[in-house]
Amino acid sequence: MNVVIVDYGAGNIKSIQFAFKRLGIDAKLSNHVECITKADRVIFPGVGEASSAMAMLEQSGLDTLIPQLKQPVLGICLGMQLMCNASEEGYTDGMGIFDVNVKRFSNDVKVPQMGWNTIDNLKSDLFRNIREHEFMYLIHSFYAEMNDQCIATSTYGMNYASALRKDNFYGVQFHPEKSSLAGEQLLKNFLEL
Amino acid sequence: MLRKRIIPCLDIKNGRTVKGINFKGLRDAGDPVELAKQYAHFGADELVFLDISATIEERKTMRDMVLKVAEQINIPFTVGGGISSVEDVAQLLHCGADKISINSSAVTSPNLINELSSKFGSQCVVVAIDAKQVDGEWMVHLAGGTIPTTINLFDWAKEVAYRGAGEILFTSMNNDGTKLGFANPALAQLSKLVNIPIIASGGAGSTEHFVDAFKIGHADAALAASVFHFGEISISDLKKELNKNQIPVRL
Repeated sequence: MNVVIVDYGAGNIKSIQFAFKRLGIDAKLSNHVECITKADRVIFPGVGEASSAMAMLEQSGLDTLIPQLKQPVLGICLGMQLMCNASEEGYTDGMGIFDVNVKRFSNDVKVPQMGWNTIDNLKSDLFRNIREHEFMYLIHSFYAEMNDQCIATSTYGMNYASALRKDNFYGVQFHPEKSSLAGEQLLKNFLEL
Repeated sequence: MLRKRIIPCLDIKNGRTVKGINFKGLRDAGDPVELAKQYAHFGADELVFLDISATIEERKTMRDMVLKVAEQINIPFTVGGGISSVEDVAQLLHCGADKISINSSAVTSPNLINELSSKFGSQCVVVAIDAKQVDGEWMVHLAGGTIPTTINLFDWAKEVAYRGAGEILFTSMNNDGTKLGFANPALAQLSKLVNIPIIASGGAGSTEHFVDAFKIGHADAALAASVFHFGEISISDLKKELNKNQIPVRL
């Protein structure tokens, strides 16, 4: 299977590449339109700050390419957030794939949320063989609000969307590549969608 | 609900673990990758690798080690020790480290915290603080606790949070190595003072000490080295005990 990780200069993507390697898949890093378009599966990662990451996407034209992709696409962490309408982080527009906004956690909780939390109300084949309330590793200061595209929720001060889906587009707030065996199962499921 | 984290810390020199590690079933106790795998298997929530190398050559070996750990370990890990520039951090993150921790370099050039958090994001910037209580006041110490400063622990904690640190790793020099428990009153004060996660370090000797660090010290995570390395406390038993004591952990 031809898996491409979108490489637009955002953060630690080696971990994701290694996670696929542990599953026996040699995932390619690329920012080329043709390479991404021809992939069987596309991973859209992201670590860092939303407005500067969005600026990098715009520079390379990837912000118009990604929403047009037809194969399964998985946004991870900031990647998922950039697939939403807009983010309070740097007050940037996103790609508008998921019809939801990204907000900052209130100071009633420690920010960033850092560590293992459960994912609840699982509603997709992406979570096949993953139990309800499974633990995933999260590290983030901003969150997507609940909406009807939500396929998993988590609770940190209040409930928020920890995974989203629209058609062939999936997004997860947690890091499957750092979430032990359950995370590996999720990546395997994504390959089998 | 977010769980409390248990973090084993491994000291690394020239790409190998140091301090006698007495772990049953390990083929090579000096191999950080094998030890890390074992800890991940028994439920460690994260790992910290502290580079205590003295030479540039040894530091290069550290980057190779980071790459190998990232290749084989499926939980997050932090790398600390001797990091003093944006370039150092870029290289370690590029090798697959999830977070980096800075200590003395943050005190000598506090702006490094701002630079790192704006370039790489707060989430990967851990500021480690070593402090000692002298005449009732908690003072920051440098270079593994050997050099005293005139900086107050709580003032410094507020400043590093303000400058963009994503987490504080607080080691009490008074407690470190004693196995008499963590510095819970100082931990509780830190946790109230800043709105970023606090990792407790220094003093772990028994399961009850971890319970206290979470219940009395309100720590978000607890770090220890020797009690885990010598098999005095097993991580899986520890987490079961914490769970029995109504402390939310990942089981």
